[in-house]
Amino acid sequence: MSAPSSSSPPVDKDKLERVLATDCGSTTTKAILIEKVGGEWRQTWRGEAPTTVEAPFEDVTRGVLNGAQEVAELSGRSLVRDDGAGILRTNGDPTKGVSAYISTSSAGGGLQLVVGGVVLSMTAESAMRAALGAGAIVMDTFAANDRRKPFEQIERIRQLRPDMILLAGGIDGGTRKHVVALAEMLKAARPRTRLGGGFDLPIIYAGNQRVTDDIERILGEMCDLKVVPNVRPVMESENLGPARDKIHDLFMEHVMAQAPGYDKLMRWVDAPIMPTPGAVGLIMQTIARQRGINVLGVDIGGATTDVFSVFDGTFNRTVSANLGMSYSVSNVLAEAGLSNILRWVPFDIDEKGLRNRIGNKMIRPTTIPQTLEELKIEQAIAREALRLAFIQHKEFATDLKGVQQERTIADAFRQTGQDSLVKMQALDLIVGSGGVLSHAPRRVQSMRMMMDAYEPEWITEVAVDSIFMMPHLGVLSSIHEEAATEVFEKDCLIFLGTAIAATGEQKPTGPALRVQFRLPDGTGVDESIDSGRLRRWELSRDDEIEITLTPLQRRLDVGEGPGKARTAKVRGGVVGLVVDTRGRPIHLPDAAAERVRKLQEWVEALGEYGAGGQSRWAGQGAD
Amino acid sequence: MAAIFTPGLKVTEHTIVLKDRRLPMEGEVAVSVGQAVRADDVVARTELPGKVYPVNIANQLGVDPGQLAQHMTKQVGDRVEEGELVAATPGFLGLFKSEATAPVAGTIESISAITGQVIFQAHPIPVEIDAYITGKVVEVHAGEGCVVQAAGTLVQGIFGLGGEVKAELMLSVDSADAVVDAGDIRPEMAGRIVVGGSYATVAALKRAVEVGVAGMVVGGFDYDEIKELLGYEVGVAITGGEKLGLTLIVTEGFGRIPMAPATFSLLKSKVGRRASINGATQIRAGVIRPEVVVTDDDEDAGVERWVPPEPKGLSIGDQVRGIRAPFFGKLGRVLALPAEPAVLDTESKARIMEVEFEDGEVAIVPRANVEAIEREEAGA
Repeated sequence: MSAPSSSSPPVDKDKLERVLATDCGSTTTKAILIEKVGGEWRQTWRGEAPTTVEAPFEDVTRGVLNGAQEVAELSGRSLVRDDGAGILRTNGDPTKGVSAYISTSSAGGGLQLVVGGVVLSMTAESAMRAALGAGAIVMDTFAANDRRKPFEQIERIRQLRPDMILLAGGIDGGTRKHVVALAEMLKAARPRTRLGGGFDLPIIYAGNQRVTDDIERILGEMCDLKVVPNVRPVMESENLGPARDKIHDLFMEHVMAQAPGYDKLMRWVDAPIMPTPGAVGLIMQTIARQRGINVLGVDIGGATTDVFSVFDGTFNRTVSANLGMSYSVSNVLAEAGLSNILRWVPFDIDEKGLRNRIGNKMIRPTTIPQTLEELKIEQAIAREALRLAFIQHKEFATDLKGVQQERTIADAFRQTGQDSLVKMQALDLIVGSGGVLSHAPRRVQSMRMMMDAYEPEWITEVAVDSIFMMPHLGVLSSIHEEAATEVFEKDCLIFLGTAIAATGEQKPTGPALRVQFRLPDGTGVDESIDSGRLRRWELSRDDEIEITLTPLQRRLDVGEGPGKARTAKVRGGVVGLVVDTRGRPIHLPDAAAERVRKLQEWVEALGEYGAGGQSRWAGQGAD
Repeated sequence: MAAIFTPGLKVTEHTIVLKDRRLPMEGEVAVSVGQAVRADDVVARTELPGKVYPVNIANQLGVDPGQLAQHMTKQVGDRVEEGELVAATPGFLGLFKSEATAPVAGTIESISAITGQVIFQAHPIPVEIDAYITGKVVEVHAGEGCVVQAAGTLVQGIFGLGGEVKAELMLSVDSADAVVDAGDIRPEMAGRIVVGGSYATVAALKRAVEVGVAGMVVGGFDYDEIKELLGYEVGVAITGGEKLGLTLIVTEGFGRIPMAPATFSLLKSKVGRRASINGATQIRAGVIRPEVVVTDDDEDAGVERWVPPEPKGLSIGDQVRGIRAPFFGKLGRVLALPAEPAVLDTESKARIMEVEFEDGEVAIVPRANVEAIEREEAGA
């Protein structure tokens, strides 16, 4: 992904010493300070404050200043201008200011697009991929063959209030009639912008370049039409970059300029404000490219969950617009069903009470769990949000190539029913991000949530974004890639450890897997682990060990074929090494009492939670 | 930090209420600045475009799109009736004629020589918006609407269903912690806004719809009953357009929670008065809370648009309400606002405040888990 084009003067990266970066999320604004310390770039201080896009403030910069002020108080460095009109720049005084200020944003529901194309699985899908890659939420995709009648499409487009529309359709020199019909439909719908404000809706045309005159004639007067090169110039290749860059430009020019306080924020920053998911996508691709690995990333937020994957160099991003931990938490309940959430709750709970708690989180989205019971419920919901968003990602990330990649004619026609590009057995690293994962009180809780939601197979490393700084580093990489990479490696990723699990048909009881290795202190481990267990060993990231895994059931596979042993080198992390013999898919007992007992056994095996009730103050009641 | 900002719900007997009344699209504003308006007065009107029906007439006639124009008997801008002939081919010796008719009464929007598509637009739908509250117009947005200002009582709820309703307030139970059941809903409540206590059962809501109650204001409601009422779940708190049969406003949250005593007594004091209520809720960007407004029609709020004071933030001594377990729904006051984060039962670190609850319990609560009870009077 390329950085968005900017109207800001370019930052001289050689003069950078200290950068303040903020991410204005839908719930909180996170500020971090990145500094050159002893010649190396490090993330040093962090602060956060509620996002203030909404009433009564309706000015995003209030939250930015509050977050920056918290960093200032912690670091002992003045960061906010005395008049509150921006972030202080360095003027030679070593205790004041920063050399640059940058920001990402997903507040106010993020960037919302409607996309269109002639064929749903071809040009419309290419348009969708361009929009998602730019960090947008795709509200709807329409196409000549989307099974809706034209008047239904028009009604739907009228109801939606997107930030912009991306219209593709036809390869260059291909169909004229169908593309023009789409434009005529759009004109008839007279779509309006989400934020109003008296400006014309931006429509980006990225379809058949031979019909741009027709498109301009039909749509030119009713909208702010931008023509960019075709996202699908020929059947067998895509060109997503120009459309994506134009989306970023318009995000700055139109959407950001209309959101409360963003006109000020845009003047404060030294690089274009990026949509948060676009910035996270940049960093995910960097990880995969630099390490030469397959990566699955997730950013679970209050309103949405983004999933990113890079398999064999192919990047895909999906956004589940209504799966999140606060604003959309009731939708997780609606989509997953109560029983799927309850299956992860390691104690008995009244169902009506649980529904009410989830409803109350939806209407008071900024609250946090105060009791252990509340935390466990929140983490149960998170498992289901992660799982559902991952299912959507796997369905989308089928045989679809990234930017400028070639595909054969045969591939191009094989658009439906393909296998997902996401192959769990080829996955090297899972990176979790977002409040519920990055801020879990114990890191092992994050590892369990991701293991339960993704069910990694064979040998997979698991990491979290330490304090949710991937968006910040993504936008930093647009002005100083080396600094972003350095901070990413040293401060951002926290390796939790390695998850090991066999695939294949598994008996519910009896020995499943033999594990043999020598710990760094020389202690030998040789254990047979029964089905339905989680087993954890402490092992640091710096220690690499050689492990031999031997299936004890003939149909179980750890990567060498059914029943065959495998020896591999693995590293640990802050959690260590976790062997999972719960089966794939994970088997949970149906009976509630037995399920609760099993969940408690797993919780204890990993040391997931404290005893509770050890708060420092007197007078706190039990939940 | 001496004060923090924690958004709260307004429960104010005397304030200035401003209502932005805007058309869904450009139209005509029927009032002017300074004009006194009653809640039911129309302040702006427009016509929403009718449904659009694209029909490929070239295909119907079996002609090339480029030749469609010569076969059209109606042109762009012409009015048509449903079933009226709009295009025809002459056929051959009077035989094999093809004809096309209008699918809807309306006008012809466009005729495409490229696709052969003719777009019919149904007749527009007139839309009017009223003042919603009795007051004075303090601002006019040309072609869009106006702002009406009035002095009065404002109670914000936390969640609602259904849209705007104007009716007389009436009590259904006599205390803030009484459950409202079907038996509490009486025929004389038809057309009224009924104020409840702690919780309304789904049977009470259904009975209220049967009786013809215009609106209900209660402390709590079970989240899973929404599906029983609406037939679908509300997954994201963006509401207002539900066809429930009445407007429901929940002041505290989901579950059996008593209405805050101050809210109940304030609403009780307005029984018999005409109120304007709206269940529309939007928790995300551009937050909208459901509300009960009772204007004080004897008081002139002036024609200068009132500017609300900046929220002052939360300070020691202020009243707060717990909004998450284990203190959900409990009222108290702030004892201390320590700067240092504390370790919670969950082992998370969070910035906290010390609160003395009304039952005398003193506890430390994450700042994120309380909201201010905003009672400051304004404008008078």
